[in-house]
Amino acid sequence: MNKDLIHKINLSLVEGQLDVIEELVQAALDSNLEPMAIIQQGLMTGMQVVGERFQEGEYFLPHVMIAAEAMKKAMKILEPLLLTTDQTIHSGTVVIGTVQGDIHEIGKNLVATMLSANGFKVVDLGVDVAVDTFIQKAQEVRADVIGLSALLTTTMTVQRDCVEALIQKGLRQKIRVVVGGAPVNEEWAHLIGADGYAEDAMAAVKLTKSLVRTKSIS
Amino acid sequence: MRPGIQFIDENVVQQIIQEGFALLQNPGVRIHNLEAQKLLADAGAQVDFNHQVAFIPESLVNQALTSCPKEFTLFDLDGKSAVHYGGDAVHFDPGSAAITILDARTGEQRQPVTRDFVDFVKLVETLPQLDAQSTALICADVPEEIGDLYRLYLALNYMRKPIITGAFRKDTWWIMLEMLRLVSGGQEMLRQKPIAVFDVCPSPPLLWSDLTCQNLIDCARNYIPSELVSMPLAGATAPVTLAGAVVQHTAECLSGVTICQLAQPGAPVVWGGSPSSFDMREGTTPMGAVETWMIDCAYSQIGKALGLPTHAYLGMSDAKMVDAQCGLESMGGAMLAALAGINMVSGAGMLDFESCQSMEKLMIDAEIIGMVKRLIRGVEIHEQPIALDLIRQLGHRAEYLSQSHTLQWFKQEQYIPSAIIDRGNWDAWHQKGRLSAFDRAHSQVEEQLGKYQPSPITREEKNELRNIISKAAAKFGMAKLPELPEN
Repeated sequence: MNKDLIHKINLSLVEGQLDVIEELVQAALDSNLEPMAIIQQGLMTGMQVVGERFQEGEYFLPHVMIAAEAMKKAMKILEPLLLTTDQTIHSGTVVIGTVQGDIHEIGKNLVATMLSANGFKVVDLGVDVAVDTFIQKAQEVRADVIGLSALLTTTMTVQRDCVEALIQKGLRQKIRVVVGGAPVNEEWAHLIGADGYAEDAMAAVKLTKSLVRTKSIS
Repeated sequence: MRPGIQFIDENVVQQIIQEGFALLQNPGVRIHNLEAQKLLADAGAQVDFNHQVAFIPESLVNQALTSCPKEFTLFDLDGKSAVHYGGDAVHFDPGSAAITILDARTGEQRQPVTRDFVDFVKLVETLPQLDAQSTALICADVPEEIGDLYRLYLALNYMRKPIITGAFRKDTWWIMLEMLRLVSGGQEMLRQKPIAVFDVCPSPPLLWSDLTCQNLIDCARNYIPSELVSMPLAGATAPVTLAGAVVQHTAECLSGVTICQLAQPGAPVVWGGSPSSFDMREGTTPMGAVETWMIDCAYSQIGKALGLPTHAYLGMSDAKMVDAQCGLESMGGAMLAALAGINMVSGAGMLDFESCQSMEKLMIDAEIIGMVKRLIRGVEIHEQPIALDLIRQLGHRAEYLSQSHTLQWFKQEQYIPSAIIDRGNWDAWHQKGRLSAFDRAHSQVEEQLGKYQPSPITREEKNELRNIISKAAAKFGMAKLPELPEN
C-alpha cells in the first residue's frame, strides 16, 4: 500500500498530474509515511526521471514546468511537517531575481524551476529587484547563492553593483554570485567579480551545485 | 496579378479581433504609466489605479481605430517620399538594437563601436534593396545612458534614407526629437514630412511599461509615427497556439492604438510586432522558426482588416554564423513577409536571434530582399497576345537570346543579383578560391562602401547635432565623444 502510494506520487510528477498530487500526498501521510520519505522517494525520484527524460530529448520544457508545479504543491503540504533542524533536504539555498530596471523573467523562471527540481530551496524575488532587496533576503534565508538575471545592456550593470554591495557589507565570502542573461557572458562575470556565469538553466544548476560544494569545503 | 498569402480566413480574423477586444475588458491591460492611466480614465475606461490595470471598453477602442490614419509616408533627408506605410506596399529595414557585431575577420561577435555603426549606416545607404535605416547597433564606446540617442546621432550624420528607431529612456526621447527637428527644418516640417518612426514595445502579456507608454504618448503628441512592437512568445508569455498568440497580439496592439489616439487623435501608428515561437528544449525565442513567421503574417492580416499600416520582424536567423541555417531562415521569413504585404519588414543583417548584426549578412539579405521584391511583382503580362506572335515569329528556332524582345524585357523580368550569388560554373568557382557566399559578401564590403554618397545635412547642422549629443554625453560622465569617421 505504501509502496503503491509512493509509486503513484512518482508517476503523478512524471506524468504531470497536477490535480491528484495533493490527495496522494495526503493519503501517503495518512498511511503514516514519513514526510522525508515521501519527499525523497516520491518527489525527488520523480523529478529525477523528468530531468533525465528532458536531457534525452524525450521530455520538453512544459513537462519540466508542470512537474515542478506538482512538486511545489506537494512541498507546500510536506515542508512544514519536516523537523527543521536535522532534516535539511536542500542542496542549498538560492535567492534569484531579475535586476532593478529589468522586467524580463522567462529565463530566470526556468533557472528557478530547474534549481528547485534539483533540490535547491529557491526564493524567487521576481523582477525589477533592487540590490538591497537581494542582499536583505539572502541574509534572511541564509542563502548560499544569489542569482542575478539581466536581459538589457542597460541593466546588467546592476549585477556589478550587487557584487560591490556584498563586498562593502562584508558578505562576499558567505554568498556566491551567479549571473546570467542575454547580454551577459563569462568575460562580464569575471570583470565584475561574480563567481560564475551560466548560459542556460542546465548550466545554472551545474554551476550552483559546484559553488555550494566548494563553499561547504572552504 | 500580385501574389499573396493568407493564413486565416475572414471569420477567424473577426473572431480574433473580438477576443482581442474582450481581453481589454477582462483581464484588462496593465498600464504602468500615470499619464496613460489618466487619459484612459478621462475617456471613460475603468482604471484600477492601485493595481495599475485599465479595463478598456470596445467603444473607446473603436473610436481610436476611426481616428488612425490608414497610411502615411516617410521621407528621406532630401524631402522626397521614400516609404509608403499602407496598403500592401512592402519595405525592408535592418534589424535594430543589436548589441554585437559579427567580426568577419575573426568570426567572433564583439561589441560594436562608433566606427562599426557608421560603416553600417553607409552600407545601408548604398544598398537599394533597403528602404530605410534603423538604429541597428548599440555602440559600446559611449555611456549606456545615451545608447539610444547616440546611434540616432550617428545615423543622422550619414544617412539620407528615413530611419526606424526607438528610445531606451523617457528623457533621451526628447533629445532625439530635438535632433530630428533640427535636420528636418523644424517641428512643422517634421510633422509634414516625417523622417523617423519610433518602435514602442508592450511587454507580454498585456503590459505597457512606464517607459513605453510615455514614448507612445510623446510620439503621438508630436505626430511622430509610432510602431507598436508587440511580442508574444508563444508557449511562454502567450498561448502556444499560433491563433492564441495572435489574439494576445491583437489585444496589446488595440490598447496601444487607443492610448496613442487618446494622446493625439490622428497621430500615425503602425500595427507591428516581433513575436516568436518558444523553443521547448532550449527555452529560446527562435526568429527563424516557421511558426514565428506564421504568427507575424496572421497578425498582419488583423492589422490590415483594421485598416492600419503593418510591420513585423522577419528575415532574421538564430544561427551564430552566416551558414545554411542563416540563409534558409532569413529567406523564409522575408519571402512570407513580402507575400503577406507587410509595409515595413525589420530584420535584415541580423542573426543570433535579435542580438547580432553583420555587414556581410546584410549584403546577402539585400539579395534576398531583391529576389523577394521581384517575387511580389508577380508574373506580369506586358503585351497581348502574351507570346503567340513572338514564338510564331521564331518558329522552331531557339534564338531568343538575340531577339530585341529579350533585350527589351530581360532586366524587368529578372532580378539580377550581385556577385554574392554565384551562378558561374564549377571551374570558375574553384579558380576564384572556392568561396562561400559569406566570403564573397565580405570581399564586396569595401567596394560597396566606396559607393557611399555623403548625407545632405549641412556643416552647421552637423555641428549643432554634435552640441546636442555632447551635452547629453557630458551629463553622463563622458567629457569627449568619440571622433566621427571621415565622410
